Amino acid sequence: MSTLVFLEHHGGELQKGALGVLSKAASLGDDRVAGAVVGSGVKDAAGGAGAYGAQTVYVFDDPRLEAPLPQPRVDALASLVQEEGFDTVLFAASVLSADTAAGLAARLDAGLNWDLVDLAREDGRLVGKRPALSDSVYVDVGWTSEPRIALIRSGSFDPAQTGGTADVQERQADIQDFSLAATMVEQAHEESEGPSIEDADIVVAGGRGLGSPDAFSLVEDLAKALGGAVGATRAVVDAGWYPYSTQVGQTGRTVSPKLYVACGISGAIQHKVGMQGSGVIVAINKDPNAPIFEFSDLGVVGDLHEILPKLTELIRARKGS
Amino acid sequence: MPKFAYVPLVRVRLVKIAVCVKQVPDAGAPKRLDPQTKRLDRSVEGALNPFDVNAVEAALRIKEAGEGEVVLVTLGPAKALESLRRALAMGADRAVLVSDDTAEGSDLVATSRILASVLEREGADLILFGQQSSDSDGAVLWSAVADRLKLPVVSQVAELDVGDGKVKAKRQTEFGYDVIEAPTPAVVAVSDAINEPRFPSLKGIMGAKSKPQETLSAGDLGLAADAVGEGGSRTEVYALHDPPARGDSVKIEDDAGAAEKIVDYLAEKKLV
Repeated sequence: MSTLVFLEHHGGELQKGALGVLSKAASLGDDRVAGAVVGSGVKDAAGGAGAYGAQTVYVFDDPRLEAPLPQPRVDALASLVQEEGFDTVLFAASVLSADTAAGLAARLDAGLNWDLVDLAREDGRLVGKRPALSDSVYVDVGWTSEPRIALIRSGSFDPAQTGGTADVQERQADIQDFSLAATMVEQAHEESEGPSIEDADIVVAGGRGLGSPDAFSLVEDLAKALGGAVGATRAVVDAGWYPYSTQVGQTGRTVSPKLYVACGISGAIQHKVGMQGSGVIVAINKDPNAPIFEFSDLGVVGDLHEILPKLTELIRARKGS
Repeated sequence: MPKFAYVPLVRVRLVKIAVCVKQVPDAGAPKRLDPQTKRLDRSVEGALNPFDVNAVEAALRIKEAGEGEVVLVTLGPAKALESLRRALAMGADRAVLVSDDTAEGSDLVATSRILASVLEREGADLILFGQQSSDSDGAVLWSAVADRLKLPVVSQVAELDVGDGKVKAKRQTEFGYDVIEAPTPAVVAVSDAINEPRFPSLKGIMGAKSKPQETLSAGDLGLAADAVGEGGSRTEVYALHDPPARGDSVKIEDDAGAAEKIVDYLAEKKLV
């Protein structure tokens, strides 16, 4: 068995999710576990994957690979998988990884299973565990041919250092014309300030139900009282109420704190995928039918403008005593 | 929120927009996997995948800014046409359904092959997808289709402008907004942040049934039986299990003591 893990990078660093998947791959007992880093100016970051279990890291370093776009990455990975004969290719879910994995599946006529929360070797075959239909059923999925391609749900595996070193090999990508047709015109990325919400033990998040950007102060006050970080939904980030770096969800950060307090958040699938791994989920929403109540541990139907100030006061009093 | 100059492109006549849509179980219908086939039970009442409605709306807005045709493309059972009527009532011009017993159970590889052959036949200038399907939670199909058609692809698009032989798309990723351009024909997957879809008018609803609706078999597309359905697929389902047990979920209505109850709950869980 030989597994290749796509190692996504951002800002010169390999992404935590990808390193988590790499650690998992290394724990499955394959003969070969390798990583692939595809980008421009990424050589320095690549070697670090050795510590998480990669024996080899293949680096495609090319100015044409600078923008985080999927199609040139499909070209690079397709040739690598074929030349090196990997039988399994794993991706940690992200916007870039999902598009790259699906393009690769079509290119190699290979099976893709997505949203997996675990991988196991059972009876000599690789089995993926996939929660389906709002996590109401867990499905054991597999592949009928090689290579097997999988997208792993965000936050499923934590990176684990094994202390190894990787042999870094440089490769040249043979990029097709159509893969370079889409071009990045502009990137408007904000660098987040302060501690990342991904590392916070407690996250208090606000959504449309707050009613106005000013009401975010209620969320901030509660987060401060609890010693947590503030999160936001895509809707309020789009509306300009709160910074992009705090967005939790499919197009934002994936968090799995010990406590997640959702204030005025309906719980759309877009948001759910970013926080469903949280330890305890408390939801406050005035709509008793909000989907968030289907996956919260404590659901409170009520007016958050009344509940939040009182809750903040009680927490402060408790911590002060 | 970062602000940057977003200059609409000069609009030119666009000939054809294909929107790939899917019938899913209605939100109110019980969703279950058939223990025998291990596939989703599609015998319940169907509806247009809610995320596809945003893609249909995006197509209609582009069409209305110039001139053109909006074609719905889908794969599914014969009754899938019923769900497509909502999109026809919104203003889509016609629908193409690939329906074939041999195509049942198609996974990503097989589905993308089927859709790519219909789309090749249609020769659209722009191919749109919705953000994901609400039944399989898939958010991958467009990229597989784009690879087969050798066309550029952009996903998670929250703003889209088309014209001048290209698309300009503002997408959202984990790290912020990106603006991406690509020449047409192109494949674009829009997020549900892109628009507020219209409701069909009464006139639209009345006229939907009589709009052209074509049904094709895999054979009509020149696809061999082993290229579609289970034979053309590369994944399988081994077994179904109950989800791991979750702690008891508590729901309370605000009775003025909600804040105290939350604190008690957090204290019990040793979170405060």
